[in-house]
Amino acid sequence: MNTEHNNDILLEMRDIRIEGFADEKWNPIIKGVDLTLRRGEILGLIGESGAGKSTLGKAAMGYTQPGCRITGGTIHFDGQDLASMSEAQKIHLWGTRIAYVAQSAAASFNPAHKLIDQTVAATVREGLSSDAEARADAVTLFEALQLPDPANIGNRFPHQVSGGQLQRVMTAMAMSPRPDLIIFDEPTTALDVTTQVEVLLSMRKIVEDFNTAAIYITHDLAVVAQMADKIKVLRYGEEVEEAETRQMLAEPKEDYTKSLWSVRMLHKKAESSDDVVLSIDGVDAAYGRSLKVLHDVNISLPRGKTVAIVGESGSGKSTTARVLTGLLPPLKGGVTFNGTQMPAQLKDRSKDQLRQIQMIYQMADTAMNPRQTVGEIIGRPVEFYHGLSGKKKENRVVQLLEQIELDASFYDRLPSELSGGQKQRICIARALAAEPEVIICDEVTSALDQIVQEGILRLLMRLQEENGISYLFITHDIATVEAISDEIVVMFQGKVVEQGLKDQILQPPYPEYTNLLLSSVPEMDPDWLTNLAENRP
Amino acid sequence: MSQDNNTYSAAGEVAMVKTRRTRAQRIWIELRKAPPTAIFGMVVIFIYLFTAIFAPWLAPYGEAEIFAVPFDVWSSTHWLGTDQIGRDIASRMIYGARNTIGIAFVTTLLAFFIGGGLGLVAAINRSWLDQVISRAVDVLMAIPSLIFALMLLSIFGSSAGSLIIIIAVLDSTRVFRLTRAVAVNVVVMDYVEAARLRGEGLGWVMRREILPNIMPPLVAEFGLRFCFVFLTIAALSFLGVGIQPPTADWGTMVRETATLIQFAKFDLKAGMTPLVPAAAIALITVAVNFVVDWFLHKTSGLRDEH
Repeated sequence: MNTEHNNDILLEMRDIRIEGFADEKWNPIIKGVDLTLRRGEILGLIGESGAGKSTLGKAAMGYTQPGCRITGGTIHFDGQDLASMSEAQKIHLWGTRIAYVAQSAAASFNPAHKLIDQTVAATVREGLSSDAEARADAVTLFEALQLPDPANIGNRFPHQVSGGQLQRVMTAMAMSPRPDLIIFDEPTTALDVTTQVEVLLSMRKIVEDFNTAAIYITHDLAVVAQMADKIKVLRYGEEVEEAETRQMLAEPKEDYTKSLWSVRMLHKKAESSDDVVLSIDGVDAAYGRSLKVLHDVNISLPRGKTVAIVGESGSGKSTTARVLTGLLPPLKGGVTFNGTQMPAQLKDRSKDQLRQIQMIYQMADTAMNPRQTVGEIIGRPVEFYHGLSGKKKENRVVQLLEQIELDASFYDRLPSELSGGQKQRICIARALAAEPEVIICDEVTSALDQIVQEGILRLLMRLQEENGISYLFITHDIATVEAISDEIVVMFQGKVVEQGLKDQILQPPYPEYTNLLLSSVPEMDPDWLTNLAENRP
Repeated sequence: MSQDNNTYSAAGEVAMVKTRRTRAQRIWIELRKAPPTAIFGMVVIFIYLFTAIFAPWLAPYGEAEIFAVPFDVWSSTHWLGTDQIGRDIASRMIYGARNTIGIAFVTTLLAFFIGGGLGLVAAINRSWLDQVISRAVDVLMAIPSLIFALMLLSIFGSSAGSLIIIIAVLDSTRVFRLTRAVAVNVVVMDYVEAARLRGEGLGWVMRREILPNIMPPLVAEFGLRFCFVFLTIAALSFLGVGIQPPTADWGTMVRETATLIQFAKFDLKAGMTPLVPAAAIALITVAVNFVVDWFLHKTSGLRDEH
């Protein structure tokens, strides 16, 4: 019965329904999604967190996480029905024909075994090739993935290679049995932009070389545009739309798909100002006695403006913020606020000096005490700095809630009853409650979905217009910088590479590092990665 | 369907919020789901507490009231017989609940106050102060606590006050270690940093930011520690340096009537007399552990995989 056409289809999922157990009942996660994948084809699965993309990706292997169950639909892999397979048969299938690359490579490797042993383990166990052959093959895979010193890198342990290299070793592990299908689950999300590019390039090359089909799960449309032949957008466990990559990027049909790149549409007009509210002058800082992380850092923040500090992780962005807040007294140099020198130590600063500089954190989850209600969280700085109590305090908190576009019904909620975006808004309100002149925003949007990010950025801009607050915005995301900043500071290895107006910095000619950083940010163009690979030496 | 609506509103992001219940309602719901062992434990604890509080009304005779016949047999006038100087054992059992539980409870509270307070300070400070307290605790823990307690009691005398203070100090070392270990994980959270950046004092950070987040393990430890303190007091009393006569105490009672056990072949009931206070000690220990187990299971956040 098998026609030529049917043979071509590797994976076919029909009307998949999956439920998860939470709050003492089964809740639907996937509500009837179809998915078809041909041999050698790459499908991008995209959506916000909670859209069900990882659950669907894992279901393509016939696997569900503990606490989840498949309640309906059929999954056929190369003509075989996965639902009717025994657990042992499935494990054999996963070892030989379907492979999975997880988001956090560091958490997925066993720290006690050498990389090469882990790379070939499944291949040898399933008897696909002898141990010696598999090891020789692993070295060729390492080479194909452009890992340094491919012959010997396998003898290292997981903690001895970088995050980007580990992610590539994991891809080699997945490729080792020459599977028909690889599922990539957000493989580059935890990496820096500059590292991400290298990993993406090597992944794409190897998948093309071996004509492997793949499902690429991510929330970043620009990344998926480089990798996938076609894209499927998910939301609330349902399919929004599916189309060829070029078509999807050129003319998305659904409003929701358009909103996915809304942050990239935001653009603030950069303005300069000579009225400096806060400046860091010639600061050297170190953790302990030996590890020096900041070298002669000079940054100035104009009043009522936004300065973005960009750089990859480890470049000293967050350390700069710790010096500003007084958590880490500098070895040399100091912080000047409104023309007066700030004491270096937190405990020497007066209450009013503390009030003037507020901070918003990356992870709103850990920035709020889980045992305090929203009213207590926002109410405390109102009481502490401005001495309001009772009804007056309550009114002020409600007023602040309205400023951040929430209402009085949130007063009694606990952080666990809020969404990610709402939590970050509460943190903004807590900072506002002090009525500060400067707010330090440490990666405030990087843990959020695109559409929520846009809401937060718009809110921050509106608050700046209304209250004249100056922001020091720490981020590694150039799209965010483009959206919100007036000036940009580029940091690299604890030094300021350059500071200037946004339009100036984002215009060529760039210093070498700025160029690398800017060119590594994925663009919404399916040819971007190919062009980049050709242009870079 | 509201989900099809693409306009964004921050307030609408989480549509469903669990209905807010009062604390009493939540406790009642949890209680109804408690396993049989926990219910058994709570019933036992309740009976003990009831007995302890209403001892003067429940006991048939006074705590130190002496009757003519020592070592009397079990009868309708003396349910559990009398002891070596003719005191009613049943009455002394009832009064013993009051003394033993009361002293153990006060001792445990004091141990938590000392150990918990120092543990929090050490976790926040993390510098020389932490080192000094931690090493001092190490030294105290290196000495076997029963022998150390015996020595201290013979130095300071066996009054109820010195008993409480000595056992509390010795047991606070374990509370200190636990508090410090769990608090260290909370101290590094951003919200604690936020409170410090706000300029909050040490007291606020300890009480309002850290303590509520480390409560579950501490409450569980309180139950366990209570059992150990209880056993320590009973053991010291058995050795004769604990609660002093004529105050009734279960550990002392076991010692005083211990000789009766050899008469079991003549009168089984009389032979069982020393086992009654011993069983009372065992029962409360088991009961408290059942409740603590259940509480730990509830707050550990682990979900049963059915």
